[in-house]
Amino acid sequence: MKITLRIWRQHDREAAGRMVSYGVDGVSPDMSFLEMLDVLNEQLTAAGDDPVAFDNDCREGICGMCSLVINGIAHGPEGLTASCQLYMRHFSDGDTIDIEPWRSPSFPILKDLIVDRSAFDRIIQAGGYISSPTGAAPDAAAMLVPKKDADRAFDAAICIGCGACVAACPNGSAMLFTGAKATHLGALPQGQIERNSRSLAMVNQHDAEGFGGCTEIGECTAVCPVGIPLDMISRLNGDVLSALRHNTT
Amino acid sequence: MAELFTVGETIRDTKAPAGPIQDQWEARRFGAKLISPANRRSLSVIIVGTGLAGASAAATLGEAGYRVKSFCYQDSPRRAHSIAAQGGINAAKDYRNDGDSIRRLFYDTVKGGDYRSRESNVYRLAEVSSSIIDQCVAQGVPFARDYGGLLDTRSFGGVQVSRTFYARGQTGQQLLLGAYQALERQAAAGTVEVHTRHEMLDLIVIDGKTRGIVVRDMVTGALETHLADAVVLASGGYSNVYHLSTNAVGCNTTATWRAHRKGALFANPCFTQIHPTCIPVSGEHQSKLTLMSESLRNDGRIWVPKEAADGRRPGEIPDGERDYYLERQYPAFGNLVPRDVASRAAKNQCDAGRGAGPGGRGVYLDFADAIARLGRAAIEEKYGNLFDMYHKITDDDPYQVPMRIYPAVHYTMGGLWVDYDLESSIPGLFVIGEANFSDHGANRLGASALMQGLADGYFILPNTISDYFAKNAGTETTDASHPEAVKAVDAVRARITTFLTINGDRSVDSFHQELGSIVWEYCGMERNAEGLQRALGLIRALREEFWTNVKVTGTNEELNQTLERAGRVADFFELAELMCIDALHRLESCGSHFRTESQTDDGEALRDDAAFAYVAAWEFTGDNAPPILRKESLEYHNVELTQRSYK
Repeated sequence: MKITLRIWRQHDREAAGRMVSYGVDGVSPDMSFLEMLDVLNEQLTAAGDDPVAFDNDCREGICGMCSLVINGIAHGPEGLTASCQLYMRHFSDGDTIDIEPWRSPSFPILKDLIVDRSAFDRIIQAGGYISSPTGAAPDAAAMLVPKKDADRAFDAAICIGCGACVAACPNGSAMLFTGAKATHLGALPQGQIERNSRSLAMVNQHDAEGFGGCTEIGECTAVCPVGIPLDMISRLNGDVLSALRHNTT
Repeated sequence: MAELFTVGETIRDTKAPAGPIQDQWEARRFGAKLISPANRRSLSVIIVGTGLAGASAAATLGEAGYRVKSFCYQDSPRRAHSIAAQGGINAAKDYRNDGDSIRRLFYDTVKGGDYRSRESNVYRLAEVSSSIIDQCVAQGVPFARDYGGLLDTRSFGGVQVSRTFYARGQTGQQLLLGAYQALERQAAAGTVEVHTRHEMLDLIVIDGKTRGIVVRDMVTGALETHLADAVVLASGGYSNVYHLSTNAVGCNTTATWRAHRKGALFANPCFTQIHPTCIPVSGEHQSKLTLMSESLRNDGRIWVPKEAADGRRPGEIPDGERDYYLERQYPAFGNLVPRDVASRAAKNQCDAGRGAGPGGRGVYLDFADAIARLGRAAIEEKYGNLFDMYHKITDDDPYQVPMRIYPAVHYTMGGLWVDYDLESSIPGLFVIGEANFSDHGANRLGASALMQGLADGYFILPNTISDYFAKNAGTETTDASHPEAVKAVDAVRARITTFLTINGDRSVDSFHQELGSIVWEYCGMERNAEGLQRALGLIRALREEFWTNVKVTGTNEELNQTLERAGRVADFFELAELMCIDALHRLESCGSHFRTESQTDDGEALRDDAAFAYVAAWEFTGDNAPPILRKESLEYHNVELTQRSYK
């Protein structure tokens, strides 16, 4: 297949960016989207041009590092798929594909398609944990956890922290990310003691990072590569209300 | 072979305390000097890598009150490749009452490693395994539960008890997020300083002690000196020397290799694990391979057509014309034989022309029987995410047609040599997790990597490093202007300048690909003297071409991914050579290291305990100079050495 790419190029944080067109030949349907970009970069290197910088690492959809807006959709056209797990068989010969970075004032662009997502780490720092220093744990079998609670926690805990929810949200909100962490830890008996204060602290940090408010549009869940559902935000809101009502800080 | 290396002094003291094996860890902990809580604040430690080992160590040392600096090359500590581990984590809890115990986990690990690991370390690993599960549950790791609310376990490749705890097919992710959250909690508390997008490029050794590292800020290109009272490497394994592996594409050996060049011994580099259940290569463009948890082998049956070059689709081949070769060859363990055995058996079937799919490099992993027996819903519950992943990559639906699998490089048992305290041969340099040569001998059992990473980070290192601090640290202060620090930074800068000025014709990736195919061909699933000699010649010639003809675009003072890769590939070249020398000198077969010259009549690995029951620890002597082989002899007082048999 022959594909035309229009890619956002930006030299560094301060530089102005623009879309640049490239042609890529010999694209096979079995290539992943990132392998297709590897081919482009080999081509650019051979010509002495600067290859396109993009974040990626595990290339199996679990590390959350890849972060491409493909034809206007975070992680591209296939549902439940991170950019690295998207295959070229979903495109056709002759297609033109736009590739852009996550767009959010809270995720500044570092170069080309790479953004700074350290705001997510700071939300976790604010409270996304159960305080449990090494050595103090009781025997793992001492506490039973109903299967449905463990499953609910797991369904939230699989968030890969990629930031697609923010990139897709018209408000630039990171409430799906934050809600997933609140639900993961809040669904478990171990997480009850800090539940309300945790949620409030994470939401405060979320706002301080400049992420927008949630108006439950649902674009976030539509692009989420692991299918975190919208009701996890409701869970977070419930915790925050409790925290405010009981003045938990 | 004589000109390839020389033999040096034997390593005699591993610092393991004397006495019965079950008392050694307690004795070491009691013997280790402590640092009082008030004094810990004045002691600093650098930790490179934020996977299970690095993140758990950083969190734990931060909680203890030390000043910790943590480094990773990714944009967040949560990205480290431990995140991709699927199957589970072993622990000798015996919740199933199926005969498990510390001693049995110890025994299984030593046997699984084909008697090339150190008894004292492995026993300790089994001993602390239970505490890891406790710790992770307390952090909120959502392990699988049964309907009574109890923790569920499953049985995993190579053992006959059910001791593997899991979180669906994402155990590594959930354990890493637990450690990551503990790490970020310490970052908020101010005890851990996290440096993301920073890559370690050299080690700083002053007066024989490890005092710091040189890192490159991967966004600005700035070279920074970071000093501390001790350095911990938790930088993972070196599978990417093969170019194609199941590791994340960024995984590399630079931190460990740079330390090796500064004097840390590198042990058993040829012990590399080939994982049997990976998705086969689909073409030239392939950038990485994807593993599917071997837990699939609990319910999937592996087979090939009986006839070579059978062109039919799998569904058209009747049962009588299929060879379930693992069940036939290994009736006691069947599809659950250890990884090295399963991998080589698949290679043998494909070599004989019975492989399936493009290029004949694949065998079937079939769930039809399991779906008929347990129902689709049960299979979905256990393996849903793996089936989805397979479907996404191959466009085949494994609920309908058998999966195709082929072995791929997955884990490296070799790594920097460490003693019982996990300290390398350079004082003050500790190595944990996959980066050390560890507890897995010549072959690692499934679900043991997560156990070892967390054992090292949560429970072992925090106890042993205090002894080093008490005896060594805080005596001299130093700063970035020390001649050794300046020398290290200058060397890093000079190397970067060289990369940027060669301006040749070939890309970094093309060199990496070619190097990988050489190592895979001659130092992969089977090795022999002739092939390894040939590989050494090829690697040296290619390395020479690399240093005269590589093309690295751009400058240092920017985000430059090509430059990052150039440094990693340059180090892979040197490591590949040492791997081949190590493989060449070990004339026996053991575990993952299969020498065609050393096999039993029925084609199984034939160990030579009289000649090779030792750890091969290699000392660096200079560029293009033969390394020195330092042997640590392996003595077994608690297990009897037997020829491994899974029949």
